[in-house]
Amino acid sequence: MLEPTSEADLADIIRRASEPLNIRGGGTRGISAPSGQVLSTRSLSGIELYEPGALTLVAKAGTPMSEIETALASENQRLPFEPMDHRAVLGTDGVPTIGGVVAANVSGPRRIQVGACRDSLIGVRFVDGQGTVLKNGGRVMKNVTGYDLVKLMAGSYGTLGVLSEVAFKVLPGVGASATLTLRGLPVPQAVQAMSAALGSPFEVSGAAHDPARQETYLRLEGFADSVEYRARMLTEQLASFAKADVISDPDLSAATWKKIRDVEPFTGADGDVWRISVKPSDTPQVVNRLSDAQCLLDWGGGLIWVLAPTSTDVRATLAGIPGHATLVRGASTVRFHPEAPTIAALSATLREKFDPRAILNTGLMGVATPAAA
Amino acid sequence: MEMPVPNANVVSRKARLVERLRDVLPSDAVIDDEFETRAYECDALTAYRCPPLCVVLPRTTEEVSAVLKICSDMGVPVVPRGAGTSLAGGALPTADSVILGVARMNDVLETNYDDRYIKVQTGRTNLSVTGAVEADDFFYAPDPSSQLACAIAGNIAMNSGGAHCLKYGVTTNNLLGVKMVLMDGTVVEVGGAHLDASGYDLLGLICGSEGQLGVVTEATLRILRKPEGARPVLMGFNSNEVAGACVSDIIKAGVLPVAIEFMDRPVIRATDAFSGAGYPDCEALLIVEVEGSEAEIDEQLGVILQIARKHDPVELRESKSAEESAKIWLGRKSAFGAMGQINDYMCLDGTIPVSSLPFVLKRIGELSQDYGLDVGNVFHAGDGNMHPLILFDANKPGDLERCEAMGADILRLCVEAGGCLTGEHGVGIEKRDLMVDQFTPEDLDIQMKVKDVFDPSWLLNPAKVFPLKSSETRRAA
Repeated sequence: MLEPTSEADLADIIRRASEPLNIRGGGTRGISAPSGQVLSTRSLSGIELYEPGALTLVAKAGTPMSEIETALASENQRLPFEPMDHRAVLGTDGVPTIGGVVAANVSGPRRIQVGACRDSLIGVRFVDGQGTVLKNGGRVMKNVTGYDLVKLMAGSYGTLGVLSEVAFKVLPGVGASATLTLRGLPVPQAVQAMSAALGSPFEVSGAAHDPARQETYLRLEGFADSVEYRARMLTEQLASFAKADVISDPDLSAATWKKIRDVEPFTGADGDVWRISVKPSDTPQVVNRLSDAQCLLDWGGGLIWVLAPTSTDVRATLAGIPGHATLVRGASTVRFHPEAPTIAALSATLREKFDPRAILNTGLMGVATPAAA
Repeated sequence: MEMPVPNANVVSRKARLVERLRDVLPSDAVIDDEFETRAYECDALTAYRCPPLCVVLPRTTEEVSAVLKICSDMGVPVVPRGAGTSLAGGALPTADSVILGVARMNDVLETNYDDRYIKVQTGRTNLSVTGAVEADDFFYAPDPSSQLACAIAGNIAMNSGGAHCLKYGVTTNNLLGVKMVLMDGTVVEVGGAHLDASGYDLLGLICGSEGQLGVVTEATLRILRKPEGARPVLMGFNSNEVAGACVSDIIKAGVLPVAIEFMDRPVIRATDAFSGAGYPDCEALLIVEVEGSEAEIDEQLGVILQIARKHDPVELRESKSAEESAKIWLGRKSAFGAMGQINDYMCLDGTIPVSSLPFVLKRIGELSQDYGLDVGNVFHAGDGNMHPLILFDANKPGDLERCEAMGADILRLCVEAGGCLTGEHGVGIEKRDLMVDQFTPEDLDIQMKVKDVFDPSWLLNPAKVFPLKSSETRRAA
């Protein structure tokens, strides 16, 4: 295993590499290249700058998530987008890193309110496939200087470059938290209830539904009095769907959302795990088509977690519905949703520019090289 | 400002070009008259002007595609234009270019409250997007100062911000999908009403690319339910440093205001005289706005005022009514107009880490003395996006050049302090040649490689964003 200890070292390794490299942070996210020599970023570790008064944190890519979360918690701050921990549902072990979160653009339930990982990411440093050290963005939250490669790097799974440093806009801690639970709603009504809640002025920061339990969860966060007020107003507004039970105990509320964030209902269960992104009003139709599968809805219904019998063609259920399905756990090598030919061609050409020798996570995402397209 | 020498070969074929454009567009959609094209000779960076070869004003994506095919075929540069409100010269023509204006494409195509998005043609103005959903209590969050006039097309090109992005983010955080025409006429759809990309985040790449990757004709935008209410508080302080420290303490306390606006003494005096806002005469003034129900607003403002009191404010004015709120905002919203009444001014847009605020303001004061030009500071303090306004006299020979040199020094200062050249206005031509102060040649090259992918012949808005020297070989190819 290659384990650079500095950015310069990382650049040197890539420059000299003649074989494909399998880029790894903590190795907990389950999606990696089918082959290649492992290049780990875990020794590129440490928080480089944290300014609570400027809501800014900069860390080396291999920094463990726990270290970042501890530092932020000490100032009552947090990463807004609530990244999930994949270890339980995937049965992986290892130490999740901040670089891995960025590479996979991992975002949890709060994504519907504050955006995805890419929306909080304000700067990156990375090494491209030629071994060139590059930077984009910076450490300020408003920055339109040049093209936004920060967004491009988020969710590119190490295929465009190996991240060495990432910078985030962080947010104040959430204060009080409450969860409203609505019981007995079938999926179509649950999605409608979640849409009504998210279309209210009460700043819902999580909207999920577990069809197996017929339970719909809505989260409110902020100052205690405000949370109480909004819980009351929302309960009233949703009364026509179902009576809401309010959990105000912060630990219980947090536990509910951790379960959803980490897809705990699927932990240890057999089958393939998929993630589908569609607009919420299309969700009932998709869930209906997935009659053999177990589903868990997040993002107001816009994210469908699916536990399907092995080798089910879950993508087929999206026929005629805009969106995409990613295989998170399963045997197939086609993990990402096929793109329209023009988009696939642009993506392949971009990849060739960033990694002309096709050595970074070869075989992962789309086609390996534009030449093969 | 240096611009590339117009391609004589292109200019000589103007008649043929216009003829071909007229074949695919209605007669009122092609303007080639030398007098009428003058209307498009500049954008809001009025110091630089150049009439284009001709102007096209298509009404559909198909027409945009047909225009780009012809221009691509004939090797004619194309400068996309929204409403022409760019302060950075993003829509400045060259003499050998076609201006492609999307102003006639301003329809709302779909409104969906259940899934909380609106789909519009990109010639629609920013404020009229909110206008389309306002009656149902929804709004589109990014609110650049020019929102009455500026088009969504330009907002996407520049990744525009506004006063309320501390809470709601900028354009890229509120953009869900686009329909875009590539330079060769190919129409692509990126993103949509669902969240996140299945592959690379091309949407994130397109937003902020200053019209250099394609012409965006339709956009799917996130809309939000309006908060129950909003209320500002005004605070006056005896020094910029203290006001800066107060901003930092508010953020650290766990309150997230929707806006924190900062004005220094020159701007306070000018805006007060101009608008009669009744501002206190002090060194620094903050306007902090929070949202929610009445009780929630009281709670948040309670925390904020408690923090402010620890910084010995000379004034704390909490709004008690809609009229008082409007009065507090009045001066801030007329700040640019007020400064414009005093003199010509150049508005900068650098962003700095909030912690460097006192140092940067002090250095700007020193530069002001060195150059003998007055500077007023008004900016979004919560996110460090500064807007120093350098006053000069356009009729005085040498003043504009002196002002530009001072502006460049201030922007370099922002970069040195850990910030960037532009927070929300874009690079355009204005900051093009300063890019080398923020980026290494390699950093610039990888960005230019992205343009190579989308526009291999470098015909879309070619003389912008990158220093002419850096892009020379690509543009000549």
